[in-house]
Amino acid sequence: MSLLRDLYQDVILDHSKSPRNFSELPDANRKADGHNPLCGDKVTVYLKLNDGVVEDVSFTGTGCAISTASASLMTQAVKGKSLAATKELFESFHGLVTGKTNEGQELGELVVFQGVSEFPVRVKCATLVWHTLQLALKEEAGVVSTE
Amino acid sequence: MTTGRPMVTADYPPRTSTGFDVEKIRRDFPILKEKVNGNPLVYLDNAATAQKPQVVIDAIQKYYQSYNSNIHRGVHHLSQQATEAYEKARVKAQRLLNALESREIIFVRSTTEAINLVAQTYGREHLQAGDEVLISAMEHHSNIVPWQMVCQEKEAKLRVIPINDKGELLLEDYGKLLNERTRVVAVTHIANALGTINPIEQIIEQAHQYDAVVLIDGAQGAPHLALDVQALDCDFYAFSGHKLYGPTGVGILYGKGDLLDSLPPYQGGGEMILSVSFEKTIYNVVPHKFEAGTPNIAGGIALGAAIDYVNEVGLENIGPYEDELFRYATEQLSQFSELRIIGTAERKASIISFVIDDIHAHDVGTILDQEGIAVRTGHHCAQPVMERFGVPATSRASFAFYNTKEEIDALIQGIRKVIEVFK
Repeated sequence: MSLLRDLYQDVILDHSKSPRNFSELPDANRKADGHNPLCGDKVTVYLKLNDGVVEDVSFTGTGCAISTASASLMTQAVKGKSLAATKELFESFHGLVTGKTNEGQELGELVVFQGVSEFPVRVKCATLVWHTLQLALKEEAGVVSTE
Repeated sequence: MTTGRPMVTADYPPRTSTGFDVEKIRRDFPILKEKVNGNPLVYLDNAATAQKPQVVIDAIQKYYQSYNSNIHRGVHHLSQQATEAYEKARVKAQRLLNALESREIIFVRSTTEAINLVAQTYGREHLQAGDEVLISAMEHHSNIVPWQMVCQEKEAKLRVIPINDKGELLLEDYGKLLNERTRVVAVTHIANALGTINPIEQIIEQAHQYDAVVLIDGAQGAPHLALDVQALDCDFYAFSGHKLYGPTGVGILYGKGDLLDSLPPYQGGGEMILSVSFEKTIYNVVPHKFEAGTPNIAGGIALGAAIDYVNEVGLENIGPYEDELFRYATEQLSQFSELRIIGTAERKASIISFVIDDIHAHDVGTILDQEGIAVRTGHHCAQPVMERFGVPATSRASFAFYNTKEEIDALIQGIRKVIEVFK
């Protein structure tokens, strides 16, 4: 049961049941869709980028507890961060969930996902929203439709 | 029996209400002794692939160890031995389906390849712009996409027989969809994501009134139901070896002999020819016309061993016992108010798809896996079915005749744990 408790920590269960920043963002200027065709998880990330800083961020979609909690905690973690800091955070997070690095100082609350590294088939659940965020950051187009 | 191994026999002591000695059966499947995450394996993913009895594993090993050779060409001893074993397996498949002739049995890789073969030969030969192909709303992607591809090429229309909320075909709608432009009706015998057993006899009879040919996707049907393609008057029946306790990479396409004779080849290469010059190639006769290239020889022979094994146990014993497991599991699962079974048809095989509250199937699957319980989670390659029932994914427990009521109890305990974690 301990491996399971590591995976489904209270913080993760809480965020999966009541995800934060779970809505469309009316004044978003970036948007990207993520889809995992294997399990059917879908996520849309909305970004308001201003001067290279993530001023606001939100998401919508459906997925498992791990992917929903990951999206929720990600929005909290990157809000107010610069593009460069966001990218660094993703790299650290990726290292954490794939068991490559163990240092979680700069990861803050995201360390709750450490247990995912024991479940290799669930890594993609935790990282889908981060890949989607990367895509939204890359988009050079200006305002995207959010209707 | 010619092997020295102890084999199952027909005299089962009455261990269950259907008189089926499951403990004896379980000893034939070495994998069932495995442990997963420290717990005894509870394998309930039989609709994805079934486990293999020792006789099947032995057949593969024996071929490679003592008579590995290419078939249908060599005059040497081993080649003759391999050819004989392979062709015997064809006859075993013929008898399983009660086909009229062994040449009506084509070895393919899988059910998927069988359906592609029919779509690419019969479909390309006979479909014209405006013609119609009829499938159902409960099909596996394998019985959707090959038809979509050929329909697109030929500007034919793909039409879909709807299903009701229980997951049953709406036969009245089927009758209305049939018309003079219907060339092919392709439906599943047993729906992989719902467990529904379709009334294929009636479906075939109605289609023939419009001269449409019928392909039955038997991937789930062949392991559970006794078959008689002649009585059914079925035009094509496809199934996979690995769901019938045989190896992966081998499957069977049955087609009516005269129908197969009339079709162009599927793939070009060796084996499918009688003579080749740069000007002209003369194709081989059925079934070889459809069997280009060196086939999965060991797989075909081992599929023959699997068919022998299933016959030894007897479909007349397998059916009632699996039904007993299915009823017990359905009854036990219904104790959870949080759990909803997707697919509640009157006639169902031992396949149960379910969702628990709003807990995602992958979370269910991970927690059950920690208990050593293997179920399938996801969309089961049937995304339109998921859409129809408004769920992104389900968990699916599917039972084989080596499963036990104790394993179903373990599943119930596991589900209790899932609910506890997400409480």
